[in-house]
Amino acid sequence: MSRKEASMEAQKAMLADYFRRLAAAPGERRPVVYTFVPGNLVELLAAFDVLPVYPEINALQSAMRQRSSGFIREAERAGHSEDVCSYVKCDLGMMMKGNVGPTGEKIPPPDLLLLSFTGCFTFLKWFELLREQYNCEVAMLHVPYQGDGVITQEMRDYVVRQLRNEVIPKLEKVSGRRFDEAKLQEHLSRSARAEEDLVHTFHAARRRPSPIDAYFGGVYYIAPIFTSFRGSEAACGYYSALRQEVDARLAAGEGPVTPEGTLAKERFRLVFEGPPNWTSFRDFWKIFYDEGAVAVASTYTRVGGLYDRGFRHDPSKPLETLADYCLGCYTNLSLPSRVDLIAEDIKTYGADGFVFHSVKSCNSFSAGQLHMLREVEAKTGVPGAFIESDLVDGRYYGHANIKNRVESYLQMLAARREGQEPPRAPEGSP
Amino acid sequence: MTYHLGVDLGSTTSKAVLVDEQERVVGRGITNTRANYDVAVEVARREALVDAMLGLVAPRAGGDPEAIAVAFRVEQDLRRLGRLRELCRTVAATIPGEGARLGPAMDTILAKLQDEADALFAGAQRDRGSFFRDLVGARFYATAEASFERLGVDFERLTGVYDRAILTVENEVEDLAFDRTVRAALDRAEVEPSAARAEAEREAGRLARKPLAVTSVVGTGYGRARLPFPKEQLRSEILCHGLGAHAMFPGTRTVLDIGGQDTKAIQVDPRGLVTSFQMNDRCAAGCGRYLGYIADELNLGLHELGPLALQATKPCKINSTCTVFAGNELRDLLSVGERRENILAGLHRAIVKRAMSLIARSGGAHEELTFTGGVARNPAVVDALRDLVARHYGPRTINIHTDSIYTGALGAALFALRGTPAVDLPVKECQGCTD
Repeated sequence: MSRKEASMEAQKAMLADYFRRLAAAPGERRPVVYTFVPGNLVELLAAFDVLPVYPEINALQSAMRQRSSGFIREAERAGHSEDVCSYVKCDLGMMMKGNVGPTGEKIPPPDLLLLSFTGCFTFLKWFELLREQYNCEVAMLHVPYQGDGVITQEMRDYVVRQLRNEVIPKLEKVSGRRFDEAKLQEHLSRSARAEEDLVHTFHAARRRPSPIDAYFGGVYYIAPIFTSFRGSEAACGYYSALRQEVDARLAAGEGPVTPEGTLAKERFRLVFEGPPNWTSFRDFWKIFYDEGAVAVASTYTRVGGLYDRGFRHDPSKPLETLADYCLGCYTNLSLPSRVDLIAEDIKTYGADGFVFHSVKSCNSFSAGQLHMLREVEAKTGVPGAFIESDLVDGRYYGHANIKNRVESYLQMLAARREGQEPPRAPEGSP
Repeated sequence: MTYHLGVDLGSTTSKAVLVDEQERVVGRGITNTRANYDVAVEVARREALVDAMLGLVAPRAGGDPEAIAVAFRVEQDLRRLGRLRELCRTVAATIPGEGARLGPAMDTILAKLQDEADALFAGAQRDRGSFFRDLVGARFYATAEASFERLGVDFERLTGVYDRAILTVENEVEDLAFDRTVRAALDRAEVEPSAARAEAEREAGRLARKPLAVTSVVGTGYGRARLPFPKEQLRSEILCHGLGAHAMFPGTRTVLDIGGQDTKAIQVDPRGLVTSFQMNDRCAAGCGRYLGYIADELNLGLHELGPLALQATKPCKINSTCTVFAGNELRDLLSVGERRENILAGLHRAIVKRAMSLIARSGGAHEELTFTGGVARNPAVVDALRDLVARHYGPRTINIHTDSIYTGALGAALFALRGTPAVDLPVKECQGCTD
């Protein structure tokens, strides 16, 4: 971003510090746990003083630094098909090339593979491959799918039982520490504090013009809380600073910050479904901000928790709250729940339209998206756009094609809004 | 009278349509894009303006306006052929060591083409959409093949010179002497001298000195970003195809456009405004280019594919519209002795199956469906579309306009008419007028 805000600088420093600590972990005999973003149990990991590694975050960071193609090629050379999730291949390729992380520092091998969410079926296979490679301890938490759109007490109890009987004993084993519930509670209270500020930030998009971009800017806003920092003082500081910045923009009536400065005029308010493309993130974003299109809400910024719908980590029920968190993240929602969420976002945030970005190599979450799009259209009367590329495989990103689709869509919205009188049919031919 | 121009810079062809303030189409122009958008748009624009000017003159001259229009195009082509001959001599002279023999050999072949020109350009197969390159190319190759040994030159050398020269001819913005060409066309169409003809010639002279002024322009198509227009004068081809199809057939609710490298399924409301659309992703499988590739593989002209496919007795099942995979399937089937016609029928059906998926994704085929784009001229694709639409959606009216290739440009012209600010393309002054 052209105008680096204090929160951005803080986030950068936090990330650099995290990768430094990670690189130093083996020397300090500090255990490392590989886990995934949706339903992550970072407060629990912090309570055992172990460091988390998120392979999909490494993959997207590699893609933003234009390094994912080489890693994917490496994985394909090793026999992984072109159709396999590109996060997986990017991660495996990175591992094959020495497991050097996005900042150039080596990422240590895992002491434990913690599969804390099973809504993405690829996660299972991914960790099977890693287990084969690292031959380390594995803890698997089976999270029941919210097929009926609700979390029942049975589902909660089932997850809590697994936390007690499977996850915590394994963490005790690899860390050599006893489970300290009070310590977990401290982390959970800090989580709730940061979550409050995060929600305040995203709710700011209800205003016109929106002071934030809840998708392209949103991915930066969620980064600390979805990954290693939730429950830390650093995260509390970050979200407090972010909240102040957003409030200041609100007060000044300013639009969101883009890589080319503050957006001068908000022309379209959009809701986004699906993760962004990471290999051409800036180009992808530019297509939208060049047209004055702002994301006012997105589902991707809820894969690590639906905080805006009221969920907060509750230190008074430490294990139950972790269970609710795993069960409630966006990726665990059924198709009808996802449709309802998007339709409500369109209404709540006064959106002119919505965009589905479908990911070629993601079978778990791209399936059913077209049907969802039609359902959202039927519920809201607002037309949607459908674009396709990939997460971190640059071969699937066709800039001219996507730009054409997006521009066409926005022009379609503009024509609808203007309600232009069409010309009469011309006489003669054609 | 004000005139409004729509230019559609497609990946294969560039089109221009001029409408007047009554929304009547008064001129059309088309040219091969050949990866040079800047020239293509100027050629198409000039052609549309000339077409419009001819439209003002021809009906007043006292002859059959359509015959005069055909004669005008023949005269234009003859002029281009003269230019081609001149260029072939120039290019041949630059070939080290061979210029002395190649130059006269090229000249002999081009002279023969000039002798045959009347039949070549005015023949029954000639229509508005056939390009000078296609008409002349086939004849040049045949003549060169038949005479290169006698002329004592290498065939490849001849075609090499020709390819360079034709490219230049195509990419030259024609220096058209409108009034002179009108006179020649009136003679060719055997329009008797009369007061009407004299007035028509005077009008042609006036137009040659002061061509029609364009009030507003909108650009669309794949290369629209190349146009020197502000953003407000650019429209997505999806919106333009929707509006253009509605203008051609006001009952249109679904538009299928298969162009050179895009396939689009578009839903429009009763006003021609787009409500939903789907298009192929970055893979251009099953688009016009795919047919071009198949034509090359089979050593056929693009226009020959459809009619051949219609002769199929038992269409083959083709699994892929991926150009590479389909190429493999094509060779596999040929190697086991399958008839070309049957293979082609299968390939055409595969294209439509892919289009059907986009139609479904965009919201289905509603009454009426208008089929646009260059591929709509292929009768085998049309047949397959009729069949598959009827099977999936029941009886539907399928509209195909003879000028469907201009749909996007027409939509753009209509958007221009709606009050887009006037920033015209930079106009190159006509230098060739004699009056």
